[in-house]
Amino acid sequence: MTNLTDLTVADIRDGFRAGDFSAREVAEAFNANVAVAKALNAFIVETPEKALDAADAADRAKAAGEPLGALAGVPIGMKDLFCTQGVQTTAASHMLEGFVPTYESTVSGKLWAAGAGMLGKLNLDQFAMGSSNQTSYYGNVISPWRRKDGGNAALAPGGSSGGSSSAIAARLCPAATGTDTGGSIRQPAAFTGISGIKPTYGRCSRWGIVAFASSLDQAGPMARTVRDNAILLEVMSGFDPKDSTSLDLPVPQWEANLSSDLRGKTVGIPKEYRPDGLNSEIAALWDRGIEWLRDAGAKVVEVSLPHTQYALPTYYIIAPAEASSNLARYDGVRYGQRDLPDGAGLQDMYAATRAAGFGPEVKRRIMIGTYVLSAGFYDAYYTQAQKVRALIARDFEQAFEQCDLLLTPTAPSAAFALGEKQADPLAMYLNDVFTVPASLAGLPAMAVPGGLDAAGLPIGLQIIGKALDEQTVLNAGLAIEERAGFVARPNRWW
Amino acid sequence: MSIDLQTVKKIASLSRISVTEAEAEAMVPELNNILGWVEQLGEVDVTGVEPMTAVIPNHQRLRDDVVTDGNVREKVLANAPQAEHGFFAVPKVIE
Repeated sequence: MTNLTDLTVADIRDGFRAGDFSAREVAEAFNANVAVAKALNAFIVETPEKALDAADAADRAKAAGEPLGALAGVPIGMKDLFCTQGVQTTAASHMLEGFVPTYESTVSGKLWAAGAGMLGKLNLDQFAMGSSNQTSYYGNVISPWRRKDGGNAALAPGGSSGGSSSAIAARLCPAATGTDTGGSIRQPAAFTGISGIKPTYGRCSRWGIVAFASSLDQAGPMARTVRDNAILLEVMSGFDPKDSTSLDLPVPQWEANLSSDLRGKTVGIPKEYRPDGLNSEIAALWDRGIEWLRDAGAKVVEVSLPHTQYALPTYYIIAPAEASSNLARYDGVRYGQRDLPDGAGLQDMYAATRAAGFGPEVKRRIMIGTYVLSAGFYDAYYTQAQKVRALIARDFEQAFEQCDLLLTPTAPSAAFALGEKQADPLAMYLNDVFTVPASLAGLPAMAVPGGLDAAGLPIGLQIIGKALDEQTVLNAGLAIEERAGFVARPNRWW
Repeated sequence: MSIDLQTVKKIASLSRISVTEAEAEAMVPELNNILGWVEQLGEVDVTGVEPMTAVIPNHQRLRDDVVTDGNVREKVLANAPQAEHGFFAVPKVIE
C-alpha cells in the first residue's frame, strides 16, 4: 500500500473521496510521523486528537453521504501565530506562554470548516521576527535536510515559518499555514525544497493572527506542490469584515484554472536582482528557470526595478515601526506573562514584564521601531521610508506595463547552518533581499523548488505577479514544477 | 546620526523594556549598525512623492452602528495574569 504520508493534499482529498483509504488512516499516519520527529522541534504543541476528531467527522460524513468540505480528510499543521480556540498560541514567545485563545482566527476557522484537521501548532521565529528559526523561545527548528558532505551540521529551515517548512519537507504534514511579512513563507519554502505562496495583501484575513507589521503581514499556504497551494489558498482567502484591510472580492477558482501553458504571457527578469557576486548556483538555476518558462510558451524580457537596493532598509524601518506599535499590547495586564518585582508600580511592571517576555531580536526591533517613530526622527526615518516604499511599488507598476510576471531567485543562498550569521543581525536581514520588495508592494509571490546545489540542498525560484493575479503566479509555478521535476527529499535521520 | 548609551536607555524606557547597564551598552553598537545602514534611504530623491499608507487600493467601510458582540466577560478575562471581581487587576497606581 502507498505510504499515506507521501501523498499530496490533492491525493489525500481525492483518495479519501474515492474510498482508497479512510480519513482516520491518514490522520493516524501523520500523527505517527509527528510523534517520532521530536529532533526537528517543528511543533510547539501537538494535537493528535484534533487531527483524529476531524478525520472521524470526515469519515462519518462520507459514510452518511453528506457533502464533504474542500479539505475533508486532510490533516495540516498550523503555524503558532494563528489563534486557535482552546489550544495554546504563543507566537513562539515566552510572553504568550500559556495563552489559550477563547476565539479562532478567521483563516484557521475557514480551514477547519472545510474539513481540515489540526496536527499541531508549528514552531516559528519569535513573533515571526527572523529568517532562520533561531529566535523561538521553544528552541531552534532543525531542517530535515543535511549537506551531503558527510557532516551532520544542523541546518536552518528558514524563517519565520520554519516549523511549517521543516514539517512539510519531513512529511509530518502534507501542508501547513504560513505567514509572510518580508519573506517568511517563501524563504523557508526555498530552504526546504517545498512551495509556498504569499497572496496579494488583503486576500487572507489577518483577524486572529498575532500581529507583527500589519501593513505587510499576509497568511498563505505552504505545501509540496503548486496544486496543493492553490487548494489551500482558495479555502484561506475571502472577505472578512473583522479585518479592515480585507479585500471584498470573490475568491477565484485557482485550482480549476491551473494551467502551465504560458503562451501569450511575458516574463520580466529584473536586472537589479542579479548583483555582482550573486551565488553562481543560484544564478545558474535562475537561467534554467528562464528557459523553463520560455519552454512553457512565455516571452522573456529584461525589466528594471531601480529602487530594489532600498527595499531592505525601507522594510527595516517600516516593519519595526509597526511592530513597536503592535507589540505595545503586551503589558502583563490582559493576557500572557506578568513579571511583578516586589514593590513594583505599574510602569515597573510593564518594563519588567516586557524585559522577561521578549527575546533579544524582538526587543531590538521594538527599540528600532520606537526610535524611528520618536519625536524629531519620525520624518527623517518613517516618512522617508513610506515615500521610498511608494517608489518601490511604482517600480513594479512600471515593470508590469512590459510584462505579466517576474521571475527571480527566492533566497541568495541555500540553507545555512544554525549558528552561522548570528553574530551580525544585518547579515541575517540580507537573507530577505529578494522577497522583501514584493511584500512592500503587497504583490502575490510564490516560491517553488528548482533543484539542488552542489551540497545537495534545495534552491528555489520566486515568481512575483500583479496585484490580485495569483492565477498567473500559480500557473508559472506549475510550469516550473513540471519542468524542474524536483523529487529530492531529505534522508530520514530524525 | 549616531546614538549613545543615554539614547539607548531613553528608547528602552519609551519602549517599556527594562535593560541592565550591560544590556544597554551591548545595544549601542548593534542599534547604530542597523540605523547607520537604514540611513542610506536619505539619498533617495522623493521630491513630490506621497508617503504610502495603503499598499493595495481599498476603501474604509462603515457598518451599521449596532452591537455585534459582547457579554463575554469571562472570555475576555480568561487569560489575564490577575483578574479580580470581574476586572483586570494591576498594582496600585494612585497613592
